[in-house]
Amino acid sequence: MIAELKNIEKEYRQGGQPVPVLHEINLNVHENDYLAIMGPSGSGKSTLMNILGYLDAPTSGEYLFEGKNNANASDAKMALIRNSKIGFVFQTFHLMQRRRAWENVALPLLYGDVKKSERKARAEEALRLVGLEDRMNFYPTQLSGGQCQRVAIARAICTRPALLLADEPTGALDSKSGQQIMDIFDTLHDSGMTIVMITHEAAVAERAEEIMYIYDGRLKGDRA
Amino acid sequence: MLENFREAFDGIRSHKLRSALTMLGIIIGIASIIAISSTILGTNEQIKENLIGAGNNAVEIRLYQGDYPFETAYQTVPDYVPILDESILEEVNGIAEIEAASVFFRRDAYNVIWYGGIGMNQGTVYGVDQNYLSVYGYVIRGGRDFLPADFSEFRKVALIDKNVSETLFSGENPIGKTIDLSGEPYTVVGEFTQSKEFEPVISSIDDYYTYTDNSGGKVLIPMSTWPVVFNYDEPISLVVRASGTDAMTTAGRSASELLNSKFTTTGDVLYKSEDLLEQARQLQELSGSTNRQLIWIASISLLVGGIGVMNIMLVSVTERTPEIGLKKALGARKRKISFQFLTEAGVLTCIGGILGVLAGIGLAFLVSRLSQVPIFISWYIIAATIVFSFVIGLFFGAIPAVKASNLNPIEALRRE
Repeated sequence: MIAELKNIEKEYRQGGQPVPVLHEINLNVHENDYLAIMGPSGSGKSTLMNILGYLDAPTSGEYLFEGKNNANASDAKMALIRNSKIGFVFQTFHLMQRRRAWENVALPLLYGDVKKSERKARAEEALRLVGLEDRMNFYPTQLSGGQCQRVAIARAICTRPALLLADEPTGALDSKSGQQIMDIFDTLHDSGMTIVMITHEAAVAERAEEIMYIYDGRLKGDRA
Repeated sequence: MLENFREAFDGIRSHKLRSALTMLGIIIGIASIIAISSTILGTNEQIKENLIGAGNNAVEIRLYQGDYPFETAYQTVPDYVPILDESILEEVNGIAEIEAASVFFRRDAYNVIWYGGIGMNQGTVYGVDQNYLSVYGYVIRGGRDFLPADFSEFRKVALIDKNVSETLFSGENPIGKTIDLSGEPYTVVGEFTQSKEFEPVISSIDDYYTYTDNSGGKVLIPMSTWPVVFNYDEPISLVVRASGTDAMTTAGRSASELLNSKFTTTGDVLYKSEDLLEQARQLQELSGSTNRQLIWIASISLLVGGIGVMNIMLVSVTERTPEIGLKKALGARKRKISFQFLTEAGVLTCIGGILGVLAGIGLAFLVSRLSQVPIFISWYIIAATIVFSFVIGLFFGAIPAVKASNLNPIEALRRE
């Protein structure tokens, strides 16, 4: 079991008033799952993703990652989990414009205190997996949107994370580039990667093994 | 660490104009401090050289009654003051800080020195040994020095300085002329003067009054002939040359202690050294105090510069919120994020400090050109100001750095 959400509740405070976002979320993510979560905007799907990725904490309920509850872990411990166990892919890529493709990919390795020679080798390997080994020394401004997202995926997988989280990975791309990205996710899944993806495009969600729906903070689907 | 510096330089390079304007406060502050301190140090160095004579390092040890020199001309020497002679030099030369020493008799002479019908109403007569001139750094500029025979044969010969020469001979060549010391005829055999390298630099009227020898005039006669003009068994004075300027105080103290140890009982008349180093310090204090206030004012500019850095770093944190969020999501620790911003602020002010030092040195040279003020550039101060400007960066970068490290990653990522 990779991730286990038990009775997760999440509310934000807005002008002193609590605004409920997630309600009674129960979700199990097993090894090598490929899960798509669909829902309209404001349904709480991004918040769910942030909780899964330790970018946000639930108001109540229990979240076990690889069987451990890290609710009271230190900043350093949280950073270590995000760094080594979780890979993030964002809708808008979030690449650093002044860094070459391989340096962007190697950024998490830098935070994980990996040696420079090894960083470059592992970045190159990750770029090969997304078919960009010949663009290693390009800057993001010299790459197309699809290529940028592939660099971002390489960055997410170069630490060999236990869980890959993708937030609208094709949202900013044309359909052909989006297709390529989904092909890469398929390949990653085939090689054993556990993937949780958020999307509002049905065509994208259908590529996953399983689709779950979230409405008004409640998860509906087989595992709910 | 290297990566931090790279990011810092990237950050500064990507906003060249903004970084330059931010640095301006630091540059101006550091430049003023360098320029002011260079002038203070230059003036101090000159005061020291003028008063002490660069490399001369002579210290005079005389009898004092309380805080005032004891005048043998009108006062009776108390019985407990020992009568010493040249043999004391052996012990004096044994003191580690002393390179050379000379003993002499001394008498302030009012209406003692005469030539023809002209008398000097002020002046000092010294009965000296053969080392006196060299210990003091005097040189013969006309005629000859004393010879060993002058001492052993009790010759009545004299050396005079420029003041005596001008007062008594008014342009005439004094060599070979006979002057009158309390009725005793003495032949002038030479004129002595301060060696060139020890002459004070006079750059203002104040300097003139401070450093010019206005004691009237000096006449030197062989020690052995002293009793002919004055008395037998007079107490001696001592002049020693210290091994270095900083050793002057110790050399003077040790020598006066040695002389005082010869006293049978102690009273209020004692040997004391004339502490020129201390006098120099007092003069430096006087000239430095106004300039030191200028340094405080310049420091205010540094403070303003520091606040400017803080301001810009806060803007920079806001601007780079998505980047910070991303880094946190990728596993950068709080410490890493705050270090990055601290480094950037430190590098920014450090560059400002280096530019400020360069500008300050230029400014100091300009000031010295325009107003004839001596300057002295100290590596110690340069290093200290650069380190200080780096510290300003760290200090004023602290708040923005902490703010950056505490950003909530999802808030940070949501913007864009």
